[in-house]
Amino acid sequence: MRLTKLALATTALVGLATGAAQAEISDGVIKIGVLNDRSGLYADLSGEGSVVAARMAVEDFGGDLQVEILSADHQNKPDVGSSIARQWIDQDGVDLIIDVPTSSVALAVQQVTSDTDTAFISSGAATTALTNDQCAPTFVHWTYDTYALSVGTGKAVVEQGGDSWFFLTADYAFGHQLEADTKRVVEENGGQVVGQVRHPLSTTDFSSFLLQAQSSGAKVIGLANAGGDTTNAIKQANSFGIVQGGQQLAALLGFITDVHALGLDVAQGLTLTTGFYWDRTDESREFSERFGERMNGQMPTMVHAGVYSAVAHYLKAAAEIDDDGGKAVVDQMKTVPVNDFFAENGEIRADGRMIHDMYLVQVKTPEESEKPWDYYNILATIPAAEAFQPLEQSTCSLVTN
Amino acid sequence: MQTILGIPAPLLFGQLLIGLINGAFYALLSLGLAVIFGVLNVINFAHGALYMMGAFVGWFLLTHLGIGYWPALVLAPLVVGAIGIVIERTMLSRLYDLDHLYGLLLTFGLALIIEGLFINYYGVSGQPYAPPQALQGGYNLGFMFLPAYRGWVIVASLIVCFGTWLLIERTQLGAYLRAAVERPELVRAFGINVPLMMTLTYGFAVALAGFAGILAAPVYTVSPIMGQNLIIVVFAIVVIGGLGSILGSIVTGLGIGLVEGLTRTFWPEASSTVVFVIMAIVLILRPHGLFGRPRE
Repeated sequence: MRLTKLALATTALVGLATGAAQAEISDGVIKIGVLNDRSGLYADLSGEGSVVAARMAVEDFGGDLQVEILSADHQNKPDVGSSIARQWIDQDGVDLIIDVPTSSVALAVQQVTSDTDTAFISSGAATTALTNDQCAPTFVHWTYDTYALSVGTGKAVVEQGGDSWFFLTADYAFGHQLEADTKRVVEENGGQVVGQVRHPLSTTDFSSFLLQAQSSGAKVIGLANAGGDTTNAIKQANSFGIVQGGQQLAALLGFITDVHALGLDVAQGLTLTTGFYWDRTDESREFSERFGERMNGQMPTMVHAGVYSAVAHYLKAAAEIDDDGGKAVVDQMKTVPVNDFFAENGEIRADGRMIHDMYLVQVKTPEESEKPWDYYNILATIPAAEAFQPLEQSTCSLVTN
Repeated sequence: MQTILGIPAPLLFGQLLIGLINGAFYALLSLGLAVIFGVLNVINFAHGALYMMGAFVGWFLLTHLGIGYWPALVLAPLVVGAIGIVIERTMLSRLYDLDHLYGLLLTFGLALIIEGLFINYYGVSGQPYAPPQALQGGYNLGFMFLPAYRGWVIVASLIVCFGTWLLIERTQLGAYLRAAVERPELVRAFGINVPLMMTLTYGFAVALAGFAGILAAPVYTVSPIMGQNLIIVVFAIVVIGGLGSILGSIVTGLGIGLVEGLTRTFWPEASSTVVFVIMAIVLILRPHGLFGRPRE
């Protein structure tokens, strides 16, 4: 009798355990929510392009997985972003939230997804806080971060003799982090920072700030901002004769759409760090041309390419384990290297950082550019191991414990 | 080097001059809003979108038809003004007898539709537009480098602003206009076509926004969202100056530009908020605005 009881209990336990391991895909469909800026200053570098990239990844994946894509505009507001995320997860059963540019919004979404065991992959956000103090087992940071940008551009510019810096910084989480990271790189390489000015997000007129940068006498004006803020600052710096006056501009985060908006006349010679350039390999060209066909000829930014690569990797992992729990899929994703047109031997580390090669590029002159969107010369490849913050420096609790 | 409040004097003068340039844009836009409110009693939320269209007309003329900046400076306001007239005739004119709120909702909706359409076709990153050949380069004023184009912005907008003020306050036509605002029935009894006057006023005020747009094209990026960021500030300026006050809107526009310039020097993070702080203070102390009179 006793034996029977024990046997029963064991069977029940085994049953429970296998039940958990065989957790299948909830309601039979994987729902992917693309959350980004669809109407503001980051809408071209993420926006509809990211939705298109996600859709392409799903179509190319094929298989018998049922996948549905939702999209929404977070308006660059953390409260809007986190309430959409919550609604998607609670009411619509979304399994993966992807993209989320604007670091402050990504940090807010991270709270929601880690509380609800939902996978979250950020392609658009930049802050390294996502894989440090605020890391989560459900999170992967795919495309780039402020550390990688500062290592690429900061180091290159100091080595070329730009050893005194003045920062023009967007006044929110991303700008502060990018400024701090670049400052460290500049100082480690023997340069110095003489000052900085913080401007509100979506500033129209930069001339006051540029004037302060000009009178600082710094050799390099570092633009720790993004999207429309960067293009406005560069355009206006040009009209104030800053570059002609001997100062150099360093756009710490520049996207190919920014270069397109500025035109090569204004943008030529800028040095940028990017995780992807469409015209680098046959595979990247093939993807980009298909993307362009759906986007009026626009070539993908690194954010768009990152969304495709991340969604493809996620789907593979989810199909492999036949599960859509956030931590379960992310754990599976971490066991397989990423190999596609975006990353060669990319690796997702314990802290959620996907490390891959980054590229230091320079914007071509109008004469060098031979076809539409032919904008970059690749100066150097920054190997994955150097491009990102070393794992031992991470303050992420998944690493330190 | 001489310093004022810890800031080097040249830097301070530079900031004031830049503030004045931004103020010139504010003045042009708030002037149009004030005229529309004064004459039509409509709060024109589509003003920012029409300003953006002015810049886009300039860009379109240059890239598709090869028409340069100087002709565009005349053509863009005309095109935008014509669009304004169509809006007024087909939609706005039906709302004059209703509450202000309806005009506001209509124009706000129009702004969203116009901006949405442009975002759909052109994206938000914007299109390049270079200043004309004659206004490239700049002058070294000793305390700062003034781009020639920005100097031109101040001159052009001041001429247009004070021209408009003279037209309304000092001419026969302006007198009719002001009379039509006070007593429309009486003016009609004198045989003056009041509805036509209202249509032309809206067209003209909207053309001012188009003019500001083409003026702004070489300075800022020509982008569908360029009006969004500006329009809220401009509304605050109209409120500070006093709704419907022509001179008030011009003076306040320039003044706020200066205050913003100073804020950017002393406390950059607050530069986008300072306008609204001033607005709140003015509303508490003088609810009708600095130059406004209470309406009976």
